[in-house]
Amino acid sequence: MIINERTIKSWSIIGPRATFGLAALELVKEHQNMMILTCDVSTSAGLDRFRKTYASNYLDLGIAEQNMIGVAAGLASENYNVVTTTFAPFQTIRCCEQIKVNFGYMKNKVCMVGLASGLILGNLGFTHCCIEDVGILRTIPNITIISPADSLETVKAFQAALKYDSSVYIRLTGGSNNPIVYDKDYNFEIGKSNILKNGSDVAIFSSGSVTSECLNAAKILDESNISCAVINMHTIKPFDKKTLEKYLNVKLIVSVEEHNVIGGLGSAISESLSTFENSPRQVFLGINDQYTKGGSYNFLKKKNGIDENNIISTIKNNFNER
Amino acid sequence: MEKKNFKNEITNFSNDMRSNILEMSLSAGSSSSHFGGALSIVEILSTLYVSQLKYDPKNPLWEGRDRFILSKGHACLAYYSALCQIGYVKFNDLLTFEKDDSDFLGHPVKNEKLGIEFSNGSLGMGLSLGIGVAYALKKKQLDNFVYVLIGDGECNEGSVWEAAMSAPNLKLDNLYAIIDRNNFQQTGSNSEIMNLDDLKLKWSSFGWHTDEIDGHDIESLTNYFDKSRNIKKPKALIANTIKGKGFSFSENNNDWHHKILTKSTYENALKETKKIK
Repeated sequence: MIINERTIKSWSIIGPRATFGLAALELVKEHQNMMILTCDVSTSAGLDRFRKTYASNYLDLGIAEQNMIGVAAGLASENYNVVTTTFAPFQTIRCCEQIKVNFGYMKNKVCMVGLASGLILGNLGFTHCCIEDVGILRTIPNITIISPADSLETVKAFQAALKYDSSVYIRLTGGSNNPIVYDKDYNFEIGKSNILKNGSDVAIFSSGSVTSECLNAAKILDESNISCAVINMHTIKPFDKKTLEKYLNVKLIVSVEEHNVIGGLGSAISESLSTFENSPRQVFLGINDQYTKGGSYNFLKKKNGIDENNIISTIKNNFNER
Repeated sequence: MEKKNFKNEITNFSNDMRSNILEMSLSAGSSSSHFGGALSIVEILSTLYVSQLKYDPKNPLWEGRDRFILSKGHACLAYYSALCQIGYVKFNDLLTFEKDDSDFLGHPVKNEKLGIEFSNGSLGMGLSLGIGVAYALKKKQLDNFVYVLIGDGECNEGSVWEAAMSAPNLKLDNLYAIIDRNNFQQTGSNSEIMNLDDLKLKWSSFGWHTDEIDGHDIESLTNYFDKSRNIKKPKALIANTIKGKGFSFSENNNDWHHKILTKSTYENALKETKKIK
């Protein structure tokens, strides 16, 4: 894949879903045994061109996600490099037990791509938002979970997942005009988080498209003399404990996620943090275990306290309270 | 396939399977076993393994093999017995059934060296797997077949019908769904729990070539497979069977869905086995 300033900018404009579709068009050339399975969402997944150009690598199973997972496992057992994709709630929770048995228990290797996870579809209501996927999938052994921070990281995660030896869930958040976190190519490794900004008072751990809100917030907090590190925990499972360990001396750990505060990145951090003696206090930012009224992406991020301004004020309040 | 008469061979294979099922069930002791639903599929499995399935007794992963998926995974007593009789599994290992750390639990656990290609047990998942495999075989231009054995009670699961709808759309004429129509499920008859009505009509209306035969009649079974092989559709067989078939105490007696086989019942059963020829 060609990665340069121009492609990074255009992927950001079209957003992670369309970027995934474009990446598929390129990556199928390297992985000729790739099969992409969908449930009547080719346009939503940016796969229209793929469907027409690589018809023999594409299979639409209709609106039947449980069957799609089983079919994917059957193909994977015959050594096809299988990708399944549909909207995140239907890609994960709808067919959760099929994922457990076929990918977790039997270890058939498949890359699942959950479209429009988090709050981006908030104006369609919480049937289409997905704030539970990470928590649920995290309890299934043998599934890796990645939540890319921007469109370029979507490409990097997809590339890596196709070469990885276990099943991977790629959780796509954000929409078109997705803020750029990485403005040039970088080293992406599954299970190894990236430190985006150094800082000594507070460590903000984030994943998904809210990472850009965290970066913006951290820069402003620096001006208020609160030095914030920002760590992109793109891989939520397996958890990168080593990087967390580097921040045991900060005064506050903050987890920011577009997910229920129960079960997601924040939980993964606290599970790990609690194994260290004298670890710093953690503040959890995310959806506070509730289904609110719906609305636009920005409206819901604000309502749930995971926009730049709320991140700033929460950190200030908690930092000063110490 | 050569018009060889497999009747005696299949009969003997079936008798051996029933003996092995008795031994495993006795060995399971108080952990109990799914007895009835294993006995209803004995002739189906023996017909497949003796006269239909291509396999290499020395290499469970031989590329030219046909694939078998036991979607009603709880009937694994029959499956493990068959795998033993074709040489994949040692008899003594069968007796570890449901014991600590065993490879032979109460539902099949994927173990390719033993010829168990899929884990099953959660009902309603096997046909989707079979569709994926059948589609892959077509893509590889292999002329092998995929056989998926499904319970009638299992057809309560919505996912069976998601899969049933997709196979004809994908034109998978290398796929068989065999429905073990023994008319019972865990806590009662199908008609009491969830009436399935006309299963043949249901499968044919989903676009499958559908037949209905006596699932214990070896000649009917062999004829069916021999004649249906070249039909250009996915094939569904409603195999009318008797739950607990082979022993007077268990036939059509749903108490034997999952029950402890005591030593005295085992000894009575053994006498009945000897009479089956």
